[in-house]
Amino acid sequence: MYQAIVFLPLLGCLIAGLFGRLIGPRPSEVVTTTFLFISMALSWIAFVQVGLLHHDERVLLTTWMSSGDLKVDWSLRIDTLTVVMLVVVTTISAFVHLYSIGYMADDPHRPRFFSYLSLFTFAMLMLVTSDNLVQLFFGWEGVGLMSYLLIGFWYLKPEANAAAIKAFIVNRIGDFGFALGIFAVYMMTGSVVLDIVFAQAPALLGKTINFFGWQADALTLICLLLFMGAMGKSAQFLLHTWLPDAMEGPTPVSALIHAATMVTAGVFMVARLSPLFELSPTAAGFVTLVGATTAFFAATVGLVQNDIKRIVAYSTCSQLGYMFVAMGVGAYSVGMWHLFTHAFFKALLFLGSGSVIIAMHHEQDIRHMGGLRRKIPFTYWTMVVGTLALTGFPFTAGFYSKDAIIEAAYAGTNPFALYAFILTVTAALLTSFYSWRLIFKTFHGEPHDRHHYDAARESPYVILVPLVFLAAGSIIAGWPFKELFAGEAVGEFFRDSLKFADGNHILDAMHHVPWPIVMLPTLMMAIGFLIAWLFYIRNPRIPEALARQHDALYRFLLNKWYFDELYELVFVRSTKWLGRLLWKGGDGWLIDGFGPDGVSARVLDVTRNVVRLQTGYLYHYAFAMLIGAAALITWFMFAGGH
Amino acid sequence: MILSALFFYLFASICVASAFMVIAARNPVHSVLYLILAFVNAAGLFLLLGAEFLAMILVVVYVGAVAVLFLFVVMMLDVDFAELRQGFLQYLPIGGLVGIVFLAEILLVVGAWNIGPGIPNLVAAPIPASVTNTEAIGLVLYTRYLYFFQAAGLVLLVAMVGAIVLTLRHKENVKRQVIANQIARSKATAIEIRNVRPGQGLQG
Amino acid sequence: MTYQLPPLLPALPELILAAGAMVLLMLGAFRGEKSTPLVNCLAIILLVIAALVVAWMPGDKLSTFGGSFVVDDFARFLKILSFAGSAAAILMSLTFLAAEKQQKFEFAILILLATTGMGMMISAADLIALYLGLELMSLSLYVVAASNRDSLRSTEAGLKYFVLGGLSSGMLLYGASLIYGTTGTVSFSGIAQASTQGGLGLVFGLVFLFAGFCFKVSAVPFHMWTPDVYEGAPTPVTAFFAAAPKVAGIAMFVRATVTAFPGIVTEWQQIVVFVSIASMALGAFAAIGQRNIKRLMAYSSIGHMGFALVGLAAATTGDLRAQAVQGVLVYIAIYLTMTLGVFACILSMRRPKGMVEEISDLAGLARTKPAMAFLLAMLLFSMAGIPPLAGFFAKFYVFLAAIKAGLFTLAVIGVVTSVIGAYYYLLIVKVMYFDEPAPAFAPMPNEQVAVLAVTGIFNVLFFLYPAPLLDAATLAAKSLF
Repeated sequence: MYQAIVFLPLLGCLIAGLFGRLIGPRPSEVVTTTFLFISMALSWIAFVQVGLLHHDERVLLTTWMSSGDLKVDWSLRIDTLTVVMLVVVTTISAFVHLYSIGYMADDPHRPRFFSYLSLFTFAMLMLVTSDNLVQLFFGWEGVGLMSYLLIGFWYLKPEANAAAIKAFIVNRIGDFGFALGIFAVYMMTGSVVLDIVFAQAPALLGKTINFFGWQADALTLICLLLFMGAMGKSAQFLLHTWLPDAMEGPTPVSALIHAATMVTAGVFMVARLSPLFELSPTAAGFVTLVGATTAFFAATVGLVQNDIKRIVAYSTCSQLGYMFVAMGVGAYSVGMWHLFTHAFFKALLFLGSGSVIIAMHHEQDIRHMGGLRRKIPFTYWTMVVGTLALTGFPFTAGFYSKDAIIEAAYAGTNPFALYAFILTVTAALLTSFYSWRLIFKTFHGEPHDRHHYDAARESPYVILVPLVFLAAGSIIAGWPFKELFAGEAVGEFFRDSLKFADGNHILDAMHHVPWPIVMLPTLMMAIGFLIAWLFYIRNPRIPEALARQHDALYRFLLNKWYFDELYELVFVRSTKWLGRLLWKGGDGWLIDGFGPDGVSARVLDVTRNVVRLQTGYLYHYAFAMLIGAAALITWFMFAGGH
Repeated sequence: MILSALFFYLFASICVASAFMVIAARNPVHSVLYLILAFVNAAGLFLLLGAEFLAMILVVVYVGAVAVLFLFVVMMLDVDFAELRQGFLQYLPIGGLVGIVFLAEILLVVGAWNIGPGIPNLVAAPIPASVTNTEAIGLVLYTRYLYFFQAAGLVLLVAMVGAIVLTLRHKENVKRQVIANQIARSKATAIEIRNVRPGQGLQG
Repeated sequence: MTYQLPPLLPALPELILAAGAMVLLMLGAFRGEKSTPLVNCLAIILLVIAALVVAWMPGDKLSTFGGSFVVDDFARFLKILSFAGSAAAILMSLTFLAAEKQQKFEFAILILLATTGMGMMISAADLIALYLGLELMSLSLYVVAASNRDSLRSTEAGLKYFVLGGLSSGMLLYGASLIYGTTGTVSFSGIAQASTQGGLGLVFGLVFLFAGFCFKVSAVPFHMWTPDVYEGAPTPVTAFFAAAPKVAGIAMFVRATVTAFPGIVTEWQQIVVFVSIASMALGAFAAIGQRNIKRLMAYSSIGHMGFALVGLAAATTGDLRAQAVQGVLVYIAIYLTMTLGVFACILSMRRPKGMVEEISDLAGLARTKPAMAFLLAMLLFSMAGIPPLAGFFAKFYVFLAAIKAGLFTLAVIGVVTSVIGAYYYLLIVKVMYFDEPAPAFAPMPNEQVAVLAVTGIFNVLFFLYPAPLLDAATLAAKSLF
């Protein structure tokens, strides 16, 4: 059964990819989507079996490589953490497949698209089921590759290509750290198998690694390196720049990869490696710091963006920050819960945005929208549900999971917990504001583009059905799972898959935070909603005046804190300069110049001169002989041994 | 001894000077005459060494035959030696430099010359005291140095063959004298009698 | 006073050649031009007989004419090589000269006399014998270089060769006189005895003597005549020049150096090293610029002489000497086969309009004449020293000797220049195999086919059974010491 979950998407991918041309687009869609739904059904069964009935399993597929001490298997690690991810991945993926049938209806390359989607799903499943770090890395790179291919799916668009390359390269930076982390783990424990690594981890306390002459604490260094990979994949602060650009890809891709699954791989990885992170408070503090900063930063940028998908993308970035805050303070299950709920409402928001975009004929700028709720009411209402969940409206899924994170941050004991608490609460306000801004500007008020507005119409059912299911998920993923993820049943539900150190009482502590703190996020949500209402419904002139008044701040936010420009200046330019230097100077001038080209050119120079010696004049020849003899004699006169 | 030393330096310096003039003279006939002068002085040097036979041979063969032949050739051929030597002055500096370097180094070597004590005894065929040097040459030339003599003969043979190969031409349109044919001529083949009528001439 | 005629047996091959040459001269003189084929044929037979006599000649080390003439294994080895080279040269000239209307019976006779001179050089054990043999050979060569007297290039080549040869002979004689002046003897063994303490006069004599030697083997900086003469002389003459005289020149160089001057090893080693490096470098660099294949072969032979001299430079002391000389002998033997094979091809570059000698004329030979192209390519690879062809072993033994003698710089420079040199050999192969075919050549004459097949197959298969050549060379090298 577990094999089927993992390999059905691969099978679908192969069928659509290899025979797509043969069987045509429609069968390709049907095959891949069907397989995904089967996989989803099986995942839910697995969820019940493992999560509720506690049947953990290890499925050994085959040996991958065996080289000296290094032994790596292909194997499936089925525990609660895995099945949660299985459920998330297969469910979202299945609905995205279904949605894509409608969304991509006009695209001539549908078999390729569905093949990519399924292959992505397979890679993601390999990632979440891996039993060792190398297989994890395989899945990690696999999803990175598919992300690249899917962002650049419309490869005729230069922006799509640029975005794909950017995503790939920024991820490389993180992956570099991740790979180093794996090497460090292997160096310190002699294994990459998770169980062995976890068993050895406590013994590493206090050991150091010589890292360029710096005696670094082994566990901290390992965790930080691994977390670097997570930062790249989950678009955390400093490595976030690729995620907004990735919106150049088709919207279902954004929903699947850049909202629900791949970007959460970093969160999953930290949860999976919780036995290591638990041992390194420094690393955990760093995770908290980065998560909180990201949550706040992305929310501020989201305030002023105008592209509907980019707003959602920054929201994703912000929410991922929340998850890392939870991970950082030790509330792994809470982070996972937010991952779980977020997958539903964020996929819903993306797919809803996609529906809007279709209705507006691929117009994405919310300044050109307005009043759409009358034309596409169904989309409107599902989007509202998504927004409610995202902003933490009481009794939606987001309300439970997000509030739990803020409570955990408040209860957290590490040095950055308070910082995280303040920033996450602020971010909750900002989230509420920009989410409602999106809704108000898109669906309320007067249409700004009559032409598109008139042509707008509701999407087909194949698009709407997934929205309904995801909207349902956005609501019911909350309260029913409260006990499992944040209540008393956590220990029983996750068992060994998450590790809470003996001193880690965060789950208890968060239940005992004072009630004003508990109410704070909801209050923030309400304030955000009111401000948005004031700005965009009641008096739309305020934001413009505000933007004029605080022009510098507005521009700062609009340009995303100038990160792209900064990176362009610091990294891209200098790298290009270095590359140009090495290319022109190193390779062209030095190696070619003194190597092959230079040598051959010098040989020809010498040849030319030597040939010129051969004048054909007899007395020149005679002179050469005489000079030769004279030179030899002179040599022996003055220098030669005699 | 002083007299012989005096003559040695006289002959030697004239020899070198005239050798230089051979290449320096403008008129090729003068060059050949200087060459003769150099030969004669070399013969004088042989005389001083007591090699009368060689001295005479040098005068007879080189001066009497070779140099005179050269003179004929130079006078008969219209060779513009001035043109041939045009590059001479152009290369004089570097040529002179090489020459001076050679000269200086040779002088240094000769100045530091020391002949090993045993070396004079190594001379392969000392002249017996009882015979003239002409006889002495004769005694070794066909015995001890037979091989060299024959080899030199072969060299001369090659020179002769080479000269013939490079210069002899059998021209197609040149009538050659064939004595056998001349002798074998009879009246029948030599003359033809025609009966010519008056006023018509000989046609055909 | 009675006189005992010295034993003539050791000089029998030379006597056969000289007497035979004179008989053939009579034959040609009385029978006229139409006797040329017969003279050529008889000349080859004479060379073969002479070579057989050399091989048959009994005794370990024979000496005659007061020690001036020596026959040992060294002489036997090299005489057989040079006689074979001369015979092959006459053989390859037959069709060419007939087609070019340059048939002269004197050609074969001059080659016979030149070969006599080579024999004398190879056996020479004193300076006079050396000089006479050298002069006999050279004079014949001057004449054959100019033998196409209606061609301006040929006569120019002959004249240049003659004048420069005269200069080099003068230098050699001057060196010989200096050596005689310091040692009081002309025999190699006497010089060796008298020269133990060296002396600047002896060294000067050595320099001038080497100048003459280097001129004959066309080593830098006494090589200047080579390209012009190779290009200007009729092609069979060039083939002859590149083969047998080089063998004799190297023989004379080696014998004189190792037997007469063991007392001043450091001095002559410096000269040989310099000359060797200069020759290898110039041969490699200058050949790249050539378009004419005969000129290219001239530079190639300059380079090869440099490689051969690498071995001589290593022949300094002890057991190493024999090994180094063996390297030289193997090198020169293999060089002879490579050169003859390549010239067999060059002599076959005939189009209906006449002979061609540009490298570009070989274009696409692989398609018009695949067998010839293959063997020529193998010979060129061999010349470049690519294993497992014979040329690789040739270079291997001389470099090995150099390394054992501690001449690392020389060995490294040798390898580098052989890499550079490989460029132009490979260029010819590239032209043959990858360029658009030029019009096909006329069918190859049988003599050329024979020479090319023998030398080509020898070079390709040498590595299978190298023992006979190596053993003979070892024996020959040992006989010198």
